[in-house]
Amino acid sequence: MKVLIKELTEAFGPSGYENMVRETIKKHIQGHADAMRVDPLGNLIALKKGQAQSDVPSRRIMLAAHMDEIGVMISHVDEKGFMRFAPIGGVNPLTLLGSRVVFADGAIGVIGREKPEKPDELPKIEKMFIDVGALDKRDLSKKVGDAATFMRPFAEMGRRLTAKAFDDRIGCAVMVQTALQLKATPHDVYFVFTVQEEVGLRGAVTSAFGVEPDVAIAVDVTLTGDTPEAPPMAVSLGAGPAIKVKDRGMLAHPGVKDWMVSTAERLGLPYQLEVLEAGTTDAMAIQISRAGVAAGVLSIPTRHVHTPSEMVDYEDVQNAVKLLVGLLSGPVMT
Amino acid sequence: MLLRQLSEAFGVSGHEGAVRQLIVDAIKDVVHEYRVDTLGNLIALKRGNGVARKVLVAAHMDEVGLMIVRVEKEGSLRFRPVGGIDPRVLLAKKVLIGDKKVPGVIGVKPIHLLEPRARQQVMPIEELSIDIGASSKEEAEKLVQVGDYAAFDVSFGELGGALRTVKGKAFDDRAGCAVLIDLLQDDYPFDFYAVFTVQEEVGLRGARVAAYSVAPDLAIVLEGTICDDSPKKRDVSPTTVLGAGPAITVMDRSVISDRRLVDLLLTTAQRHNIPYQFKQPGMGGTDAGAIHLARGGIPSVVVAVPSRYIHSPVALLSLNDLDNTTRLVRRMLRQVHELDLDRA
Repeated sequence: MKVLIKELTEAFGPSGYENMVRETIKKHIQGHADAMRVDPLGNLIALKKGQAQSDVPSRRIMLAAHMDEIGVMISHVDEKGFMRFAPIGGVNPLTLLGSRVVFADGAIGVIGREKPEKPDELPKIEKMFIDVGALDKRDLSKKVGDAATFMRPFAEMGRRLTAKAFDDRIGCAVMVQTALQLKATPHDVYFVFTVQEEVGLRGAVTSAFGVEPDVAIAVDVTLTGDTPEAPPMAVSLGAGPAIKVKDRGMLAHPGVKDWMVSTAERLGLPYQLEVLEAGTTDAMAIQISRAGVAAGVLSIPTRHVHTPSEMVDYEDVQNAVKLLVGLLSGPVMT
Repeated sequence: MLLRQLSEAFGVSGHEGAVRQLIVDAIKDVVHEYRVDTLGNLIALKRGNGVARKVLVAAHMDEVGLMIVRVEKEGSLRFRPVGGIDPRVLLAKKVLIGDKKVPGVIGVKPIHLLEPRARQQVMPIEELSIDIGASSKEEAEKLVQVGDYAAFDVSFGELGGALRTVKGKAFDDRAGCAVLIDLLQDDYPFDFYAVFTVQEEVGLRGARVAAYSVAPDLAIVLEGTICDDSPKKRDVSPTTVLGAGPAITVMDRSVISDRRLVDLLLTTAQRHNIPYQFKQPGMGGTDAGAIHLARGGIPSVVVAVPSRYIHSPVALLSLNDLDNTTRLVRRMLRQVHELDLDRA
């Protein structure tokens, strides 16, 4: 699974430009889905059809992980060939200084900063620029509207892994692996790889309308409280996948949450309950699609979220796959 | 010029009737059918010759303005903004109130009476009032009621010059309305839904329901957009530049435009030698923000006429930009039905 994780995290995919991630996922999931389509916004929707089991009511289940990552977009090119940029999604300027970014064509840029007015001034995105080493404006192949993401390779650190874009390629990896391992299910399971989550859950809005699920589970990262002086949060890396109770955008459907908890206990899998005070996931948009959807979230505890070096625990990741396979193999109990 | 009538028409968000009537008169002979939906959107259909594709082209009819919220006992009128208005542009402006178009002036204290410190301060909208010359609450209430809208009283004018600059109010988005009306004069092979939306300035409200009911295959939003091309000390981006051609949105706060539609606009502009520019990414939001999220998703793009000083009583635009926007979108529409929208 690490090969898959490496390939997915290193793929280029800022919001709106998820093609490369989508093609990677298609390649892996091909042959493990009964049908596959891409909707008008670019969401990849793979269906694994259910096989009727006596006494088990079949439901239409939507799993969602987002393919997009945060990034930057060129907003202006000056006469010397330096480029100003706008954030795509929640980019913290502190993480940008000294970073390298990479464009869709593989071109590399370095992020620089104007001289601060005061030495301890926090950097603002308006006062930063991308330097691709151009000799002047004419030497530049980049133009306004081109998107870039962090450039950072995947690395193993024993049990822990670090990479850019674990938010939410780790969710994509968990879903791909689940599709590969799921042998039989009584449910029609829609594996939905969404676009544009980081700019407002936009892919989830349209894919949920199209899939019209009975039940939905988003698979996304969550924060942890286990680092020095972290904001208090009862989630730790390595203590098992987290089952969401609430975040800033949604209350998880109690039935879905309880179904996840009881399945984890039945399978003897570690889990943690998650109350996240910042952020939300695609499940927020799915929950209020059409006439409403019972929605929950399976979270992968992740440190350093929205920096170029996010970190997860490989056992959490594997346990998340086991829990999802377990959930989909039996009856939905909400 | 139709732009003159459109600009001078009264159509603050939620009260677009006069603008809608003007547009109905301008298009009723060239479309196959039209209707007004529950929220007030004007939805016109010009049928194609059998190509099975529905294209929605939208422009919003509403403009930013004011609403009367209280009549004071001395007869002055308190108001609140409808849509995004900078309070600094309001002092001493002429307005027209309600369907009777009662004239009024937003009051201002003469400079002689201002403490030096007060000259540095911006009066919050809550402290401003409109003076209609009434001497009592009773007299004012014969002309005006709480809930009446007020729009800026500004006449359209031609400033001329190489850019054929014109001035007027509400170019955001009567410029888009003018382009859309012009596009309807042509025939297209697909079903062309021209949608003139309501309540864009208060949250893209009309576009949301219109896109749901039309359920198009793709959408193009026509706008009058921010133009910020005054001389700058630093080499930083103007949002758009007057006279540099239609502005194409790649990404704003509300939408990431469909790249296939952006690319079709670019190749069309290049092939036909039509000037264009990119709108600086990350700024503003348009009806495309609501339209692209309708139903199962609708590929969308925004093309805009640059307009200086929008969201104030008076703005400027270049008729060259207006004409080039029409040319670009018209040429693009001739090919849009050939675009492969299937990505599976």
